Amino acid sequence: MLEEMERDDRVFLMGEEVGFYNGAYKVSEGLLERFGEKRVIDTPIAEGGFAGIGVGAAIVGLRPIIEFMTWNFSAVAFDQILNNAAKMRQMSGGQLKCPIVFRGPNASAKQVGSQHSHAMEHFYATIPGLKVVAPAFPADAKGLLKAAIRDDDPVLVMESETLYSVKGEVPDDLDTIPLGVARRVREGTDCTIVAYSRMTHVALEAAAALEKDGISVDIVDLRSLRPLDEDSLVDSVRRTHHCVVVHEGWPYGGVGAEISDRVQRLAFDDLDGPVLRVTSLDVPMPYNAKLEELVIPHSDRVVAAVKRALNR
Amino acid sequence: MNDVGSLAHLSDLYRQMFLIRRLEEEAARAYATGKIGGFLHLYIGQEAVGVGACAAMQKDDYVITTYRDHGLALAKGMSPRALMAELYGKKTGCSQGLGGSMHLFDEAHHMLGGYGIVGGHIPVAAGVAFANKYKGNGRVTLCFFGDGAVSIQGFHEGISLAALWKLPIVFVCENNEYSMGTPLSRTLSVEDVSLKATGYGIPHDRFFAADVLEVEQRLGAAIERARKESMPSLIEVRTYRFRGHSMSDPGKYRTAAELEEHKKRDPLLLTRGKLEAAGEKERLADLEAQVEKEIQDAIEFAEQSPDPDPSILEQTTYSGPFAY
Repeated sequence: MLEEMERDDRVFLMGEEVGFYNGAYKVSEGLLERFGEKRVIDTPIAEGGFAGIGVGAAIVGLRPIIEFMTWNFSAVAFDQILNNAAKMRQMSGGQLKCPIVFRGPNASAKQVGSQHSHAMEHFYATIPGLKVVAPAFPADAKGLLKAAIRDDDPVLVMESETLYSVKGEVPDDLDTIPLGVARRVREGTDCTIVAYSRMTHVALEAAAALEKDGISVDIVDLRSLRPLDEDSLVDSVRRTHHCVVVHEGWPYGGVGAEISDRVQRLAFDDLDGPVLRVTSLDVPMPYNAKLEELVIPHSDRVVAAVKRALNR
Repeated sequence: MNDVGSLAHLSDLYRQMFLIRRLEEEAARAYATGKIGGFLHLYIGQEAVGVGACAAMQKDDYVITTYRDHGLALAKGMSPRALMAELYGKKTGCSQGLGGSMHLFDEAHHMLGGYGIVGGHIPVAAGVAFANKYKGNGRVTLCFFGDGAVSIQGFHEGISLAALWKLPIVFVCENNEYSMGTPLSRTLSVEDVSLKATGYGIPHDRFFAADVLEVEQRLGAAIERARKESMPSLIEVRTYRFRGHSMSDPGKYRTAAELEEHKKRDPLLLTRGKLEAAGEKERLADLEAQVEKEIQDAIEFAEQSPDPDPSILEQTTYSGPFAY
């Protein structure tokens, strides 16, 4: 954000606690000091209001970054994202564009209960007009966010509270990472695992366990959910002939169902079995730590799904 | 600034109001014959609000409004051709036939749209004002909504944030007494909408839109306050729609006597009467004939225009790709 704000003075950051508090998760630390109150704007608790303000500012030429303290709270701004951000270009017959970024942590944290644990990407990725990215690693988070800020369409960046502490190599000269390009984060031959955001790390953990059982897993980290990198999916499945999709959020519909559909349609002849999904269980998130563990996908469930896919 | 006292100015305002009235009547006719689809919300009876407001604005100022947007679009400078063609869903319409009656957009004239979700555009309007303040360009945004929007979240959050950040905007509540078919007395605990402003600490005003010049002057004061002091206002303009909420509404929730009473105070006819009394009969005849021609031309233009090509769909959604 800092680099993009220096690069382009149309970019500003708005949200709850982004300024004087330095960000609820310290993501915006130091930005107020650097850019002042004109461009780093603390808001009251009014997601529908400031999401709409972002949309209004975007259609007349600014490039807002709207932070949701968590994506859960975007539910009260859903109308702004669905009805205004996503449709502005179409309703105006192409006269207006809406270059806006909505970002914040998404999906489960730790024992925060049913209202604070939603995987909101499933709701948004279904909407034409929006782009949705969900990085798993620091370099991707930076590169995709920079691309999102420079994009002329609304882009939703799904971060993760539990990934904010992950450390990783970020090249000094890293610029943008194009939206809609997946990354193969592990090479393997027996089964493809498709994941994104925190579940990529869970998939890696599962792959390490499976390796001990002599199973070699290919992991495709989607990075972008819309646009979706179909080619990388198909390419991997053509090599492994099996596919397991892992994500947080409920099994009914959603990103996993979309990927399953595409894989079975586009790589049907290469598949040796059905595409399986590992998702959160089909219930609201419980508070109890053990029950929460049960509901959220973990590597043991991924391991089991891969073995089931391979009949092992 | 306009010479508001001049007959030339008044007849110009009358011409705009008459254009809106006539276009709306023709739109209703086209709707009845199935040439216009979907929802159609007419501005008949409320013309003095949009016309008076736009007369008080500068060219670069912005307007943004609800789905009852035909009058404001015309008053802000949209051509009758672009409007009628949009109602017909044609490629030559202001939104290339993709928006329809409820979504009239004209970026060149800073008409930033009609919106279909009640109150949802109020924060967007505040955002336009936010951007203008950010850029320091001195432009004012006028945000229109009906009395039905006062109860929804967008009204509160939009005005609350605009007041907090002192945005250059005027919130105009066109109070036409009915939230669809429900009278104000059954939707608001306090019927004086303008009083809501006191909770946000911003100036307010409230008046009947009987006289288009009064609308111009009183909204003008709020516009200047927005421009010079970056102080938002909430202005309740009381008005009355002569037609139902939309074309499917016969308006059975109000009496014929009530409607007749309001028609006696039709701002359009009052303005016409003034001009007549001032000996402007000839000018009236000329401009009315001119408007009739313009409307006729707009209808022919809409009828003859092509439908949009399917290839337009993806390019006006986003840069893709698309699921299938």
